[in-house]
Amino acid sequence: MIASIIFILLFAAGAALFTVNSRKVIRNIRLGKDVDLSDQPEKRWKIMTLVALGQSKMLSRPIPAILHIFVYVGFVIINIEVVEIIVDGIFGTHRFLSFLGPLYNFLIGSFEILAFLVAFGCAIFLIRRNIIKLKRFVSKDLDGWPRTDANAILITEILLMSAFFTMNACDTLLFNMGSHHYNIAFANPISQFVMPLFSGMSEGSLIFIERSAWWFHIIGIFAFLNYLPYSKHFHILLAFPNVYFSNLNPKGKFTNLESVTNEVKAMMDPSFTPPPANPDKPMRFGAKDVTDLSWKKLLDAYSCTECGRCTSVCPANITGKLLSPRKIMMSTRDRLVEVGENIDKNGSFVDDSKSLGSYISKEELWACTSCNACVEACPINIDPLSIIIEMRRYLVMEESSAPTELTGMFTNIENNGAPWQFPPSDRLNWKNE
Amino acid sequence: MSEALKVPTMADYMATGEMPEILFWVGCAGSFDDRAKKVTKALVKILNFANVKFAVLGTEESCTGDPAKRAGNEFLFQMQAMTNISVMNEYKIKKIVTGCPHCFNTLKNEYPSLGGNYEVIHHTQLLQELLSSGRIKIEGGSFKGKKITFHDPCYLGRANDVYEAPREVMLNLDAELAEMKRSKANGFCCGAGGAQMFKEAEKGDREVNVERSEEALALNPDIIAVGCPFCNTMMTDGVKHFNKEQSVKVMDVAELIAQAKDL
Repeated sequence: MIASIIFILLFAAGAALFTVNSRKVIRNIRLGKDVDLSDQPEKRWKIMTLVALGQSKMLSRPIPAILHIFVYVGFVIINIEVVEIIVDGIFGTHRFLSFLGPLYNFLIGSFEILAFLVAFGCAIFLIRRNIIKLKRFVSKDLDGWPRTDANAILITEILLMSAFFTMNACDTLLFNMGSHHYNIAFANPISQFVMPLFSGMSEGSLIFIERSAWWFHIIGIFAFLNYLPYSKHFHILLAFPNVYFSNLNPKGKFTNLESVTNEVKAMMDPSFTPPPANPDKPMRFGAKDVTDLSWKKLLDAYSCTECGRCTSVCPANITGKLLSPRKIMMSTRDRLVEVGENIDKNGSFVDDSKSLGSYISKEELWACTSCNACVEACPINIDPLSIIIEMRRYLVMEESSAPTELTGMFTNIENNGAPWQFPPSDRLNWKNE
Repeated sequence: MSEALKVPTMADYMATGEMPEILFWVGCAGSFDDRAKKVTKALVKILNFANVKFAVLGTEESCTGDPAKRAGNEFLFQMQAMTNISVMNEYKIKKIVTGCPHCFNTLKNEYPSLGGNYEVIHHTQLLQELLSSGRIKIEGGSFKGKKITFHDPCYLGRANDVYEAPREVMLNLDAELAEMKRSKANGFCCGAGGAQMFKEAEKGDREVNVERSEEALALNPDIIAVGCPFCNTMMTDGVKHFNKEQSVKVMDVAELIAQAKDL
């Protein structure tokens, strides 16, 4: 009875806290500029099924793809077990789903195998990060918290799976012993190998260990759930909407700024009257801060799990430049979180004399070749390039701070209709040369 | 080589009251860059040989605005776009072939919402059409035994998913086509895009074109084929960096076809 009450309180607290924090994330994403991505729903469902659910873009790197499938499928399916744990916790039942009979046997057996694969996958991931030291994981992008975050996620998952095996192993031992409460047998393809660790223990000790593992497992899950909104691991939820709202245009197509179109039309055609400007929102060209980016870019930032595939194919990064597309996403998220905290503290955003430019330097922005390799590489269709371009637009159109050579190129186009200093009248000279 | 090329302009066509099949958008590089001008001429020779009724805008053509746009100067881009659109709409242009993937991308993707709606193809796509429809036939293998590797231009490949046209064109050459490890969707940039062509690179360990040329040269090709004037410059410089310019040529796909036809 007391256990049930404690459980219900923990469950309610976990769910409530998660709701509050998720809402904050959603609020932060909505700070972005409006963009309508509700078109072509059939195409969007298809791409989400293929890329998010089906992990199709992971396949380009087969080893992490297989390990990631283990963890992903395991995580999703083992959640059925969590349903049972929650029902047992609330009502004080023991293995409530066991009424399913042979199916239950099959389920628990499958969960054990999947749990083993999850733990195995996570262990290899830890090895790749910390022992093999793959380049994209030892990058300075991840120095500090991001690296700790990654390891914490992997270790937690292994601990959660270990608790699951411990719980099942002790349960079976108690069943074999004829212990009163433990009256359900189930398939134990993995936990049978854990059983010898606990054999020979008294009934009391086994019950204590089984209960501890059960509580550790479920409290761990509640805690993990609430860790998500603070972590790169939030991708497990956001990857799906993020892929749904993918850019469906050719990757080379950049947006045409409507505000600019109005000004250019007014300049070229005196009879054109631009629509009245919105007095509440001063017009800005490009992105100075995260709130100048569309909400999709902000969703991109929260969905990024910092895998670094983008950076590992970036020509600028590969040749030693400062630019790292992954860091563009991480910086965007860091700044967005900062803006969100500012709003939480002050009620509405109070100028902190910072901007996205405080996180992303000009040197990074000007190193981009706009080759789209990062966009192609992202397993969940994040688009770092569009953030780079929006920030360049701000630098050029609001701050007039392009590199000198580029200013020269602009002047040439303006004066000669070509990026070089040739007179436009010579444009057809080639045919007689 | 010295015989005059037949290069009618849209203005010439207007005077006769006829319409060309297609507008050849030469581009700034194709008009002014010495290396790219050779590619332009090769393409014109092919068009003439295949009896394609084409025209150029000549002095009425102006930069599409691509480098300005990638560098963040949306004003300048839209000024250029609207000027070009008004010229092309005046001529009632329907179909355009470009000599450059950057012009191709910009005209195809970024002009429509500003009022410029045209069917736009890249010159490798036109060559593919001409070859598959039999308007050009290639016999005899002047490239037989040669090894060619194709460097995908970012703005043709990833940006617009055109990977096969240049390869299918080159299949007609009877040469050995070798693929770099980073090709097609995983192609590696030459280093010129995003307005990098017009500025020094940021501080780093090496130049992007050196990295890419090294990859291409590792295949020991006779020819590095390109489909973009900027890639052409970057790869040519990269080959020179490794002192291989005597043995390895950087050539546009159009030049390969022109050479195969002895044009």
